[in-house]
Amino acid sequence: MLTCTAPVHRVSTLAEALAQRAAHPDATVLAGGTDLMVFLELGSVNPPAILDLWGCTELRGISEDGHTLGALSTWTDVARHPALPAALRDCARTVGAPQIQNRGTIGGNIVNASPAGDSLPMWLAMDAQFELASVRGVRQVPASAFWLGYRKTALAADELLTRVHLRPHADDRLHYRKVGTRLAQAISKVVLGARLRVVDGVVTEARVALGSVAPTPIRAHHVEAALVGRPLDAAAADAVAHDIAPIDDIRSTADYRRTVAANVIRAWLRDEAARSPDR
Amino acid sequence: MIRFTVNNQDVSVDTPPMARLLDVLREGVRLTGTKEGCGEGECGACTVLIDGVAVNSCLVPAIQADGCRITTVEGLEADGRLHPVQEAFLKFGGAQCGICTPGFLVTAKALLDRNPHPTRAEAREALAGNLCRCTGYQKIIDAVTEALAAPPPAAGTTGEPAC
Ligand SMILES: Cc1cc2nc3c(=O)[nH]c(=O)nc-3n(C[C@H](O)[C@H](O)[C@H](O)COP(=O)(O)OP(=O)(O)OC[C@H]3O[C@@H](n4cnc5c(N)ncnc54)[C@H](O)[C@@H]3O)c2cc1C
Ligand code: FES
Repeated sequence: MLTCTAPVHRVSTLAEALAQRAAHPDATVLAGGTDLMVFLELGSVNPPAILDLWGCTELRGISEDGHTLGALSTWTDVARHPALPAALRDCARTVGAPQIQNRGTIGGNIVNASPAGDSLPMWLAMDAQFELASVRGVRQVPASAFWLGYRKTALAADELLTRVHLRPHADDRLHYRKVGTRLAQAISKVVLGARLRVVDGVVTEARVALGSVAPTPIRAHHVEAALVGRPLDAAAADAVAHDIAPIDDIRSTADYRRTVAANVIRAWLRDEAARSPDR
Repeated sequence: MIRFTVNNQDVSVDTPPMARLLDVLREGVRLTGTKEGCGEGECGACTVLIDGVAVNSCLVPAIQADGCRITTVEGLEADGRLHPVQEAFLKFGGAQCGICTPGFLVTAKALLDRNPHPTRAEAREALAGNLCRCTGYQKIIDAVTEALAAPPPAAGTTGEPAC
């Protein structure tokens, strides 16, 4: 039984949502509820009011070219969208299980800012831009500047995450890998989101992002530096030892995470090298 | 007042807006077929359809059901006849203790509405959010993949949500 009796402000347009956000900065935003309802049930949050965005259809849906995703797009929407990169659609299908994917939104995953949020390394790898809006105006924040600390984001008290913008490049290859205890309903031990561009046999751009190995999702800058400007070499994976300092917790040990993070990067690089030996 | 339809009946309930749809259905509407297992989205025992889409009713606040079309396990039979997937659960022994069964049936109905002849892999993926501690799943997958193998009586409708 959930005993939360907070009043709920419902909105159906973005303008209304921003006005309500400004009027009630202490209200907690509700999207699909798959994180928030659990916190309410556990009693770990007790908001004075709720701002329910679910009816705001403007923020739901993905543009035909797959370049703009409304914050209320669900994981099922992502998984079924033909223009989105296969790796992002794979990621969507690993969030919880179908009932969670039918309700959980990309915006909720991004703003909830769990270090184990499965999509977060993917947005980093894709250099996604997050559109943050308030009655004051709209600004774009790159994913790399959004997660500031443990569950701390760049979102201001009167702002909402409204859209995610992607600028895919035809030569880019994107990769997603989640390591958990089972395929469904598993909180990740290590998540990898990665992107590679190889031109004339030389890596010209690399993004390697990891989740569940630090208080925020992180870029593995040492691995990226070891890759760029050279022919593809899986040994670059070893540099991840300089990028992460994971912890022991109930899901895994620091040692396991360090080893597995290097292994999943190495496996990805080997697969990429095998796919196009001459590029 | 929150208004919605449950199994094609209009319902209005006086409830705090953040009450769980699960509790509203069980206590307010007295439809106790929908079960609570974990209460945190892990087990799928509380699965219902909102506008044809399978969701965990323990994670949906009542306010988000306002104006929607809800289907619970009680709504699967039509004209006194069980839904084919219910018949298949009987035939293949897909239920033992029964607590997870309503959630499996409702999730399976949503799958079959979209994909009448799922492969075993498709059925496993669709049912990955439903936990069963008795059957070992094989008989459930048998039932779901075989449910519409025979010429079907008219099944329900498909629908993508606006809600
Ligand atoms: C059983 C279960 C399994 C799960 N498995 C996974 C998993 O495998 N991987 C994973 O990454 N996550 C998982 N989750 C977590 C959750 O489903 C996802 O994080 C989901 O994407 C959250 O989206 P939501 O719309 O439900 O968020 P909500 O619960 O509605 O909101 C989450 C947070 O974001 C804020 N918020 C939401 N939208 C906005 C917005 N547009 N602007 C500003 N603030 C906003 C809310 O205030 C809240 O703090 C799981 C959850 C459950 C219950
Ligand atoms: S009771 Fe809702 S998923 Fe377990």
